Amino acid sequence: MRSISYRQALNEAMVQEMEADPRVFVYGIDVADHKRIFGSTKGLVERFGEERCFCTPLSEDAMTGFGLGAAINGMRPIHIHMRVDFLLLAMNQLANMVSSYRYSTGGTVDVPFVVRAIIGRGWGQSFQHSKSMFSSFAHIPGLKVVLPTTPADAGGLLLSAIKDENPVIFIEHRWLYDVVDTVDDAAEPIPLGVGNVLRRGDDLTLIATSWMNVEALKAAEILEDRHGVSVEVLDPRTISPLDDELIFRSVDKTGQCIVADNDWTYCGFSAELSARVSELCFDRLKSPVHRIGYAFTPCPSARHLENSFYPNAIDIIRAVESKLALSEADLSSEDFYSYERKFKGPF
Amino acid sequence: MKPDNRKMLNLELYKKLYLVRKSEERIVEHYFEDEMKTPMHMSMGSEAISVGVCHALGPESQVFGTYRSHALYLAQTGDTDDFFAEMYGKETAFLKGIGGSMHLCAPEAGFMGTSAIVASAIPVAVGAAFANKRLKNKKTVAVFFGDGAVDEGVFWESLNAACLMYIPILFVCEDNGLAVHTPAHQRHGYDSIAEIVSKFHCHVFQDKTTDAERIYGLACKAMERSRATQQPSFLHVQYYRYLEHVGVKEDFDAGYRSKDEFEQWHKVDPVRLQRTKLQEVGWDQRQIGTLEKEIDEQINNSLTMAQKAPFAENSAVYTGVLE
Repeated sequence: MRSISYRQALNEAMVQEMEADPRVFVYGIDVADHKRIFGSTKGLVERFGEERCFCTPLSEDAMTGFGLGAAINGMRPIHIHMRVDFLLLAMNQLANMVSSYRYSTGGTVDVPFVVRAIIGRGWGQSFQHSKSMFSSFAHIPGLKVVLPTTPADAGGLLLSAIKDENPVIFIEHRWLYDVVDTVDDAAEPIPLGVGNVLRRGDDLTLIATSWMNVEALKAAEILEDRHGVSVEVLDPRTISPLDDELIFRSVDKTGQCIVADNDWTYCGFSAELSARVSELCFDRLKSPVHRIGYAFTPCPSARHLENSFYPNAIDIIRAVESKLALSEADLSSEDFYSYERKFKGPF
Repeated sequence: MKPDNRKMLNLELYKKLYLVRKSEERIVEHYFEDEMKTPMHMSMGSEAISVGVCHALGPESQVFGTYRSHALYLAQTGDTDDFFAEMYGKETAFLKGIGGSMHLCAPEAGFMGTSAIVASAIPVAVGAAFANKRLKNKKTVAVFFGDGAVDEGVFWESLNAACLMYIPILFVCEDNGLAVHTPAHQRHGYDSIAEIVSKFHCHVFQDKTTDAERIYGLACKAMERSRATQQPSFLHVQYYRYLEHVGVKEDFDAGYRSKDEFEQWHKVDPVRLQRTKLQEVGWDQRQIGTLEKEIDEQINNSLTMAQKAPFAENSAVYTGVLE
């Protein structure tokens, strides 16, 4: 075992696959500049050359189609975007071309194409550098959508994404880049479509995505400490395909379900999860599924407004207390903004 | 070119032109029966471009098209069995009714697919050509699009990337002067597409012709230049769309264009022009007639088989979404 950061795990997964398969290449805006996509593409151009790690014009739309074309002709491209918001310029290619190409060939042509994009947050990112959008991608058949939370998942899921014969949208969270965790010495692929139990519990199922897992774990810890409540934290890890079974088994056990999504709730992944759990676990639920997400506004810039925009562990704790009819614990001694304070801009 | 070679070349071009035209005529003949439930965007008038370019590309090539790709598909593949079966949405088609007229596909024959979103296949073709260059497999790539595609940002993004990255690819702009029903002068803040494209690091060829042999010659030159320099080539050819934007009828009564224009272009109809040329290069009427009969039979068989074929199981809807 060894300690490794999320960014390092991403980097090592790409190195591993680029070593193993000469068809893998990395491209995108500024992938080979001095900042190297927040460090995640560090060393790639030195190790594999400009042929396999290169910067592109600011043409997200065309360069996404380019990746599709390269993939169907036998290459294995990894296209990287510093923000998910930029990826919206490529939405036509993703929704109209990439997602349906295999289908349009009767399933005969593979599309091994990975699109990495990063959710920004904090230090004034505001409304065009902070979107999650993953539910929009997951809405489209033919795309796999991955949201790694831990360093081990970042590495293991990226290995699987690169090896996959289908297009994979791989959405990372900027704040997770500095998270360090112990991982196995040699990273192994983690299959897409298998969720993860981040914390075992019996009283309530808390399903969280991306950064909200960090908030969920913090909330679960405090709830155990203050109320003796045992919360099971589930990270679906891939939202398309979705590990329904893991979720249903947990809700079957606890009878209570909260979804804390790193996104808006309206028409989002939390709505999908809530519907599924309600449909399939209806007779097991002791109360309706509760959802937590962003305020339904564009994201503001100033820190105090951001704090009203983003839900955190406090919101989760209060939701659990309300659901289980517990009195509100005094949280004044707790630190809920350590990451916000730690994170210094500019990006 | 030696006279014998030219004679054979023109015969081959005519065979393809005739195949395309007659296949589409059969669609027109049967479309009213409402058994081909797919939006037909007809190629009539444009045949010389697909036929000339595809013949120049040769067998080791890949082409990408648009929703108006009957001519391109038939010129590249020579197949009519899958073509008609797909028009009828039948099980015997390669795509079993998934694609229809707008999304024909035959990757094994180098027909890599189309997009019904204007210009969207252009960057895909650039990426495909990039991969071929990297993999050194000697496959050439051409992407076909209309003048409407030039209105889209992704065309310029793709052209820029291909020029910047030294990707040999043939951009083929089939210019009928219309985007659906809107003429170029209502869409372009400039006069000449080719002139603007010529400012990029690529080779530009342009013509206003319905002569497949001439287009073949231009495409050969364009490919030679691209092979030598590793830069893209841009081939701009004007033609006239005989039929309505979508559907199999004429629409000269709609008011956006005149029948006079059609009459002018029809005087140099690409299929008739090529048939006349065949006689000039030494083929006699009997030989041409025999050839036409063979192609008519091929089309007839394909059409009949398609009509008789069953539909796929409903479960075919789920085929090929993901591996």
